[in-house]
Amino acid sequence: MSFETVLQQAQQSGNFQPLVDGIPYANLIGLKFQRFGQDVLFHLPANEDNIGNPILPAIHGGVIGGFMELAASLHLMMTMDTAALPKMIDFSLDYLRAGRHQDTFAECQVWRQGSRVANVAITAWQTERTSPIATARAHFLLAR
Amino acid sequence: MSLSVKTRAERFVATLRHCQVLGLTVESAQDNVLIMRLPYSEQIVGNPVTGTVHGGSLTTLMDTACGTAVFSSLPGFELCPTLDLRMDYMKAATPNRDLFAEARVTRVASSVVFTECEVFQGEERDLVAKCAATFMRIGENMTPPEFRALIEHGDDATTTGAAQ
Repeated sequence: MSFETVLQQAQQSGNFQPLVDGIPYANLIGLKFQRFGQDVLFHLPANEDNIGNPILPAIHGGVIGGFMELAASLHLMMTMDTAALPKMIDFSLDYLRAGRHQDTFAECQVWRQGSRVANVAITAWQTERTSPIATARAHFLLAR
Repeated sequence: MSLSVKTRAERFVATLRHCQVLGLTVESAQDNVLIMRLPYSEQIVGNPVTGTVHGGSLTTLMDTACGTAVFSSLPGFELCPTLDLRMDYMKAATPNRDLFAEARVTRVASSVVFTECEVFQGEERDLVAKCAATFMRIGENMTPPEFRALIEHGDDATTTGAAQ
């Protein structure tokens, strides 16, 4: 079954779990999500294999970035009428605090969706939503 | 005993668990230019239809390549956290081909280090992504002695470190 078919089925049924399960990178880092109506909360459970700095220990900055990129593209597919996997054009990530070896959460905000490009902001936090560990902004090319 | 830039870079990457999971290796490292390889594997695929790797694995590749170039080019044993990363994805990576990141330290200032990086595939250097990253200098005295030992003594220090 093609990815487009899986996406179409997910958009019709509202069940995106099979789609996420079909993305190897999502399984590698262990991404989970929960939907509350139009809101989506992304969850990255603490995972030894995601650690970068072993002394702190802290999650690898690249994993935090990958988690946020994945969250943004899934958020677009869950909330927008997009026919295919959105293509990332660019990604700008600011690290605010060390990501400790514990659960991490992320939520996304679509600031603008044009006919070709979408602008998405992503915030990631651990213990408190008001103390983010990283904020990011991504542009996606939408399938037409 | 002074370590070569490449040995410092290799030992630095060896301490990063997620980089071992991805299989990142240092291909070459000189003064302020470093080349790192990300082998293609099924586990990092982002698009199961095309087999294209996910941008997140490239983020880790670029962050690690730039961070390692910073660490191995600074004179002491300074761990520099990433302040920010800005990445441009020029095209989807071709499946079943390894990815290479060439990272360059462009300026070492007293508090911040500036870097840039290009990700490409094959001998024709087919450009996949570019990135600019900045790192904070927190000072050599902020680096934990256990970490310094891992770099100075390589694997020999692992057992000593664990016993502490």
